[in-house]
Amino acid sequence: MAYTQTIGSTTYRFDSLRQLMAQATPARAGDVVAGLAADTDEARVAAQMALAEVPLKRFLTEALIPYEDDEITRLIIDGHDADAFAPVAHLTVGDFRDWLLSDPAGAAELAALAPGLTPEMVAAVSKIMRIQDLILVAKKCRVVTRFRSTLGLDGRLATRLQPNHPTDDPTGIAASVLDGLLYGSGDAVIGINPASDNISAVMALMEMLDRIIERYAIPTQSCVLTHVTTHLEAIRRGAPVDLVFQSIAGTEAANRSFGIDLALLDEAHAAALALGRGTLGDNLMYFETGQGSALSANANHGVDQQTCETRAYAVARRYRPLLVNTVVGFIGPEYLFDGRQIIRAGLEDHFCGKLLGLPMGCDVCYTNHAEADQNDMDVLLTLLGTAGCHYIMGIPGSDDIMLNYQTTSFHDALYLRRVLGLRPAPEFETWLARMGIFEAGQQGNGNAVPDAFRRALAQLPRETDA
Amino acid sequence: MSRKTPALVTEDPWGTLRRFTDARIALGRSGVSLPTHPHLAFQLAHAQARDAVHLPLDVDAVAQGLAALGYPAIRLHSAARDRREYLQRPDLGRVLDAASAQALSARRPDPAAGVDLAIVIADGLSATAVHHHAVALLHTLIPALADTGWSLAPIAIVEQGRVAVGDPVAVALGARMVAVLIGERPGLSSPDSLGVYVTYAPRRGSTDAERNCISNIRTAGLSYDAATHTLMYLLREAMRRRISGVRLKDETATAQRIVSRGSFLTDD
Repeated sequence: MAYTQTIGSTTYRFDSLRQLMAQATPARAGDVVAGLAADTDEARVAAQMALAEVPLKRFLTEALIPYEDDEITRLIIDGHDADAFAPVAHLTVGDFRDWLLSDPAGAAELAALAPGLTPEMVAAVSKIMRIQDLILVAKKCRVVTRFRSTLGLDGRLATRLQPNHPTDDPTGIAASVLDGLLYGSGDAVIGINPASDNISAVMALMEMLDRIIERYAIPTQSCVLTHVTTHLEAIRRGAPVDLVFQSIAGTEAANRSFGIDLALLDEAHAAALALGRGTLGDNLMYFETGQGSALSANANHGVDQQTCETRAYAVARRYRPLLVNTVVGFIGPEYLFDGRQIIRAGLEDHFCGKLLGLPMGCDVCYTNHAEADQNDMDVLLTLLGTAGCHYIMGIPGSDDIMLNYQTTSFHDALYLRRVLGLRPAPEFETWLARMGIFEAGQQGNGNAVPDAFRRALAQLPRETDA
Repeated sequence: MSRKTPALVTEDPWGTLRRFTDARIALGRSGVSLPTHPHLAFQLAHAQARDAVHLPLDVDAVAQGLAALGYPAIRLHSAARDRREYLQRPDLGRVLDAASAQALSARRPDPAAGVDLAIVIADGLSATAVHHHAVALLHTLIPALADTGWSLAPIAIVEQGRVAVGDPVAVALGARMVAVLIGERPGLSSPDSLGVYVTYAPRRGSTDAERNCISNIRTAGLSYDAATHTLMYLLREAMRRRISGVRLKDETATAQRIVSRGSFLTDD
């Protein structure tokens, strides 16, 4: 159906909920390239005003992508929990913003509501929220997940240790792993983006990480971020798979371009569950997302990139994942042009994921052709810490020498923990103290290497011999 | 400085590991933060990468380099008017502007004749990469091509060009194959990395799945000789089998990987 909004003597008309959502979206490059963005600032606010009047129930009857055409739409509609939705079923999008900000909407109420929300409802309300709204509501959400560490507790910030190397060299990777551990990084996961999809190379990395975790009794989990089919093959061949990784998007067609569908994810999830490797819990899927992926695959169905992104969270929540993070600035300026767009998108994704019940982290990142720099990342990092983000990436000196982009460093995580009083995951914090890396709950003042790692370093050939 | 003062920077005693990776490990810390020296080193690397993205292509210099090789150059421009538009409108960087399209169609004497290979040089995301490595790579590639007996189109230089801009150029020149030499997205430690994309039977709308890519051609990366070797293999196979892209790539990935499961963290 059509929606209208009159501003002064101008009446703005939006032919569909899909178009209304797109034009109400805060400005971003990808929607301009797709021809979906509002033409003027006034048109954008007119769309936001019209969107605020739309009843939340409308999203259950007017699908943005047809039910018949898309399995993600079917997943969303068929999985909707009407009882959970009841507390807000009578509200408009605008009312819903007020409800979310209100004091009675606490952690328990938001957790109970999550199964009653669709991604489109959540995307819609985010479009009429300012950054402080996105932070305040996300901060109220509580999602706790467990495998060998407990993630998402109040006052905690975890990190993914990301020891990438351009040729997957085991010693080069081990060097970054050690650097990270000694900087208190790795409680969310030690996760490598492999340069190769070769099954034996991937399995070698899985085995190496497993041996490191076991040898030093580190309360964390490993992941090699390869395609889900490669994980399945590795499991069949007996590899020690902790977490199964996959990049996901918000439309069936975009997921097909990634070589996946829900049936394949179901199969991988079941295969990893059967391994029973978690000690504290069985949340074991790791998903990455990012605005613009559906458009990039020519699979956005005329839906704006932020709504497509939020639909990916419907895929994620089906699998009770341990970790979900938006790789917000990786895709490039064609989708998120500058620091301003990246910052807002990162906070939108974090909010939308949390509201839908997901354990959201964020890859606070940018590429060298985006109009962004370390200052922008500091802003997003600090705001995400304030919003209760579960985890960020940790990489030596912010420089990923394999993926050629900049993300947060080990130092960045220490900064955020210190300035906001945040602590690592409890099991990992205990380990850091036992190893002597942390003293009195903080990064130690000295530079002594713990005995276990000193022995490892002592095995290296002397530099003159190497 | 007679009085001994505590060090301002906590050094990391595992600097010996730097020989195993280019990752920025063992940087030390001031409190918990990045010390001044590595902080400014990062700022410099980012500045160089940014400059590489925004530096205009020196078309004259590239054309002179080609002339020295004995090749005339055709100067072209994509439909993206400037760098800002190029960065925001990937669609425009993939097509020629009207003047370039007209100039190309005007210069082709015999449309039925055709050529075997068109070489296209585009700035892409790093003019620095093109300045450093494009003509230098051709110094090894052109002699290798001479052995094939293939006919070559004049070499095109495209400003504000993306990979796919090679397709309309090749179509206009009647080329059976196109090799696009293009500046890659600069990494923090690799602002001048050149890529080469090979497409057999290029046409408007060729997809990335139809291309083969050789990446990371730079001083600290893939050498000109190694790049030429791989490129010649791809070009010969593409011409022989009349395909390029995923199906061709699968069969070139035959190099045996040395798979090691050990490292100093796990070995006894």
